[in-house]
Amino acid sequence: MSATRTEANAGGRWLGLYVVAYLVFLYLPILLIPLFSFNDSIQAAFPLQGFTLQWYATLYGNPALSGALANSLVIATIAASGATLCGITVSYMDLYGSSPLAATISAISRLPILIPGVIVGISLLILVNLIGLGPSRIAIVLGHILVALPTTVVIMRSRFAAIPKTIREAALDLGASDWTTFRRVMLPLSLPAIISAFMLAFLISFDEFIVVFFLAGTEPTLPLYIWSQLRFPRSLPTVMALGTAILTVSFIIAGLAEVLRHRGLNVARRPALANPA
Amino acid sequence: MSSIVASEVPAESGSSSGFRFAMLLPGGLVTFFLILFALGLVLFLALRGNDGSLLGAGFTADNFITVISDPLYWTVTLRSLVIAGLVTLATVVTAYPVAYYLAFHAGRRRGLLLFLVTLPFWTSYLLRVFAWKIVLAYNGVLNSALIESGIWSEPTLAFLNTPAAVVVTLAHAYAPFAILPIYVALDTIPKSLLEAASDLGARPFTAFRRVVLPNSMPGVLAAALVVFVPTVGDYVTPAMVGGPASTIIGSLIQSQFGKANDWPFGAALSVCVMMVILCVVLVARDADRRFGSRT
Repeated sequence: MSATRTEANAGGRWLGLYVVAYLVFLYLPILLIPLFSFNDSIQAAFPLQGFTLQWYATLYGNPALSGALANSLVIATIAASGATLCGITVSYMDLYGSSPLAATISAISRLPILIPGVIVGISLLILVNLIGLGPSRIAIVLGHILVALPTTVVIMRSRFAAIPKTIREAALDLGASDWTTFRRVMLPLSLPAIISAFMLAFLISFDEFIVVFFLAGTEPTLPLYIWSQLRFPRSLPTVMALGTAILTVSFIIAGLAEVLRHRGLNVARRPALANPA
Repeated sequence: MSSIVASEVPAESGSSSGFRFAMLLPGGLVTFFLILFALGLVLFLALRGNDGSLLGAGFTADNFITVISDPLYWTVTLRSLVIAGLVTLATVVTAYPVAYYLAFHAGRRRGLLLFLVTLPFWTSYLLRVFAWKIVLAYNGVLNSALIESGIWSEPTLAFLNTPAAVVVTLAHAYAPFAILPIYVALDTIPKSLLEAASDLGARPFTAFRRVVLPNSMPGVLAAALVVFVPTVGDYVTPAMVGGPASTIIGSLIQSQFGKANDWPFGAALSVCVMMVILCVVLVARDADRRFGSRT
């Protein structure tokens, strides 16, 4: 028995090394972007040429860039709100609605995982042209709601499922209507997960390129702006400075979302604290 | 829709139909209008002739006949399947040990490690692909590192604009997708099963092969699916690091809705891709059953 255990420990150590190597492979290419954004050279090559902040300076006073940024922020906020609203209602009705329709909607809402982005893009392009909307910011919002929907549904569904059933039943037994139970009991209990779902949907929309490529009208989003700049070798250092800023913000938002998701689960395990009001 | 909803109300819960309607409305609109109706439009358009108008003219099967009869599309489809298949294989095989470590060895570091492996997923996909362009370019990181270290005397063009570059870049971009499903499958294996295997005298490797691996197959198949689907329809990575020899089916669809401007034909290609994905899903489901999934 002890022989098996030491063997398992040795195996664990080798696996640990492998995991470290894997993480290096995962992060090394991404971290090259911040590295070269501080490099005093047009070319992204070793050896490094010295430290500079000039590429960050070129980010200021660029109307095309700030326009794309504002566009991305507005679209991501609206799309994330829509996707979170859908995620909340779809998963709540799937768990507590006890109707085949709700279960069907929930199943279809996770379908975009099985549709390549290019097909989501072209199907919505046909749709928005058919209803007379055309490629526009509203079209992008619709596309991003679709892309973020599986994520928000999965997060909200696991959150609602983690709330003890007795809490909802108690509320209903004490005479609260469905609406009151949902708004006063279930929503406050899942607030951390709602914020987490919103943040992740925001990130998905903010960074999304494959679908937005088909749906953008005259006003590009930030990834489209980056795409347009990638053709010019001269603008690559500026793209890397911009990319570094985006990576930093993405890491911070994803980190906060992760913290919130776990905080939510911890509260759920202590139902006594759940309803201070 | 509301009549169906009303008839489903169970007596004891006393749901008001107004509440149900309001709660089902957002999801219903998105799923039926944006997903099902939009996909239906693609199917409709695939059966139309191209006359430059939005919905084409006249019903025809010409688009599908072209896809099937022109060897170009067979080549591209085959190439897409090979590239997406290699990416899926590489991603799942490299992710499995990480998921295994997370499930059985990570201990207190598990939360942090899970966060670290999923974090890149939330960053810009475009930037991750772009990072590989920096690595593989003629005057890029890999070439300059090889020359600095004296392994190579002059830079080589052999890295960028090859199908291999597409495989590596995609495998890196979709790595986080594969770890989570496998980890969840491994984590839900009852510990008593492993103890039973060891008590009955199974060596660690035998226990892994006969108990752990079969029980984690649903997770492996789910991981393979979530990597395969986006890679088979990708057009950004082939355009950025692939070169002309890496045109895959996603690139073809994109150009039909762009430069080539033949929407009905692009829709027909999309329908074919969805058929391929459907086949892969069915094969995966069948494999799931055959491997004796117990979840």
